[in-house]
Amino acid sequence: MANKPEHVTKTEQGDPVTFLEAISEALFEEMSRDDRVFLMGEDIGVYGGAFKVTRDFLEHFGENRVIDTPIAEAGFTGAAAGAAHMGMRPVVEVQFMDFISPAYDVITNYLATSLYRGSGPMPVVIRGPVGGGNRGGPFHSQNVEMAFFHTPGLKIVYPSNPYDAKGLLKAAIRDDNPVLFEEHKGLYRSPALRAVLPPEDYLVPLGKAKVTRAGDGLTIVTYGAMVHKSHEAAETLSEQDGFEVEVLDLRTLLPLDDDAIVESVKKTGRLLIVHEDTRTGGIAGEICMRVNEKAFEWLDAPILRVTAIDAPVPYAATLEDFFLPQTSDILTAARYLAKY
Amino acid sequence: MPESEPQSRNEAPEVSRDQRLDMFYAMALARAAEERLEILFRQGHVGGGVYRSLGQEAGSVGAAFALRRRTDGTGDIIAQTVRATGAVFLMGGTPLQFFRQYLARVTGPTQGKEANVHWVDYQTGLVGPVSPLGTMLEVMAGITLAFKLRGEERVGLVFGGDGASSTGAWHEGLVFAASQACPMVLMVEANQWAFSTPTRKNTRVKSFTEKAAGYGLHAESVDGTDVIAVHGTVTRAAARARAGEGAGMVELQYYRRMGHAQHDAQEYVDAAEISEWEKRDPLIQFRHRLWSEGWATGDQLDGMVEEAFDEAQTAAETALGEPGPEGSAALEQVYTDTDIASPWTRMRVPNPQHA
Repeated sequence: MANKPEHVTKTEQGDPVTFLEAISEALFEEMSRDDRVFLMGEDIGVYGGAFKVTRDFLEHFGENRVIDTPIAEAGFTGAAAGAAHMGMRPVVEVQFMDFISPAYDVITNYLATSLYRGSGPMPVVIRGPVGGGNRGGPFHSQNVEMAFFHTPGLKIVYPSNPYDAKGLLKAAIRDDNPVLFEEHKGLYRSPALRAVLPPEDYLVPLGKAKVTRAGDGLTIVTYGAMVHKSHEAAETLSEQDGFEVEVLDLRTLLPLDDDAIVESVKKTGRLLIVHEDTRTGGIAGEICMRVNEKAFEWLDAPILRVTAIDAPVPYAATLEDFFLPQTSDILTAARYLAKY
Repeated sequence: MPESEPQSRNEAPEVSRDQRLDMFYAMALARAAEERLEILFRQGHVGGGVYRSLGQEAGSVGAAFALRRRTDGTGDIIAQTVRATGAVFLMGGTPLQFFRQYLARVTGPTQGKEANVHWVDYQTGLVGPVSPLGTMLEVMAGITLAFKLRGEERVGLVFGGDGASSTGAWHEGLVFAASQACPMVLMVEANQWAFSTPTRKNTRVKSFTEKAAGYGLHAESVDGTDVIAVHGTVTRAAARARAGEGAGMVELQYYRRMGHAQHDAQEYVDAAEISEWEKRDPLIQFRHRLWSEGWATGDQLDGMVEEAFDEAQTAAETALGEPGPEGSAALEQVYTDTDIASPWTRMRVPNPQHA
């Protein structure tokens, strides 16, 4: 077995890791811990993955555990289901999550229904890069969570920082349900997010949101890259308005952590939902409904949302910046709610 | 060819008297169970569709009989279709499970969550399909990939009809299985119909084996009404897959003599065409052959048919007397570890706090 790749040794050396390195470490550690874990995807072996998440994994683990597949998302995702039936724990990489649509059928009709149909647990992780801001255009920038949110039996995870990314991915690999794991490519190599992670084996539980900034004036429920824009807005509001925002990072979108949302709303009485995904059919609608059902009397203002516009993701910088929710949008909405 | 090779690639395998009679019984049992089921359907006991394999019994029985059938999870595996009832029974499924499934009994393999032959037993080698059958090629590709990665000498057979061969999933499944050299054999149930759509409107190929060539797969066609011929062909295909030669295809040429399901009166079919295929009924053909070749007497064979009828009858009666699931069981087994919410309007005291 070849030596451990250098890019997965940072934590054991006490060095900070990027979001991407945290994901590589999670995969490497789980593959080392459990022989049943193996990887499939396009260009993940010899090339090391489009973003190099699995660089040098092929040399270390061999071609039976790092499998370069044809460009057949439905084929290899369905094959992952079959391997899982036989007791293996596949992790498949979708090169860009925009390309997951051919696998929609097998994910929704097969993987997510397996347990319910009596076909047994389905320990498959489908992971890959999502999100805009990198001038990737319509087919290298999408968020896909809401195409799958309406799928009972599936879990959807969308981390915002290296610590959570590593702990959530390790937990997803050990989960007996199918997990869609979205990695915002704008976070992959962000220097600001580099962090020293605990050297020990840790997990972040699926289905649990986390308060990443405490406050009493307004709750922002968000996830992924928007956690960071929400924090930016919260700092500005604190400095300029003396208004303290609580930020709740969902981390897992399905199942949705109602308790954490309701608890925060009961504390602040105001709710703003921020997501990078497009507006119509976005997760804000579902969150709003749940708060309506469970905490209506605690609201002092209408629930608002800041989202991308209802359009394909455009290429030009000016267009994409207009398309994406910006910190200034969050500030505007938060100030409106504060005065309501 | 080395002497250690289990079967010659070109010659038919030896089939003993006992094996012939076992195949005959499996075919008779499939037909008896389906006929009994049809009566239950007319009586209003069956909720969903009832699908018959009339005319196709030899295909699934001959194929399953060619496999290593075990009960400890180390044998070969199949992904059946609704028209592979005989294979389901041969792989360890029972008529009692069959009736419990169709009648949606809580005692059934899926406790009423799924219908017909959509059930799983990984120990005996049954993978229940989902209705979009092309998907099962992808899944079987992965099952057999696991066999290959672990160095297990096991083979997976996946059944699918004319219609499935038009889906993207069918093709991606073959692309994957071919590229990874998975020990998978695709059984194309070429019964000439996809619901009401004839093969000529599904494809311009004369034989589905032409599609195999596009993936570099070995493929053979066989008369799907001749159980001995099917057994021989699938034995060869399985031996190839087991020997590491990768995925393959066997096309079963036969005819769906009834509608897609009981609700389909087959008005789009020329009655003369069905009559022609009735002359090639696989069960009657095989009975005649067993008798004329001296493998069994007419009385022995009739006794077996009667035995199959009784077995189906007993299983149906047992299942009829059993209960269905409680409605609230619909909440169970969505996730392995996460409860889903019950509708608040179903609670004793509706309380919006707990919606």
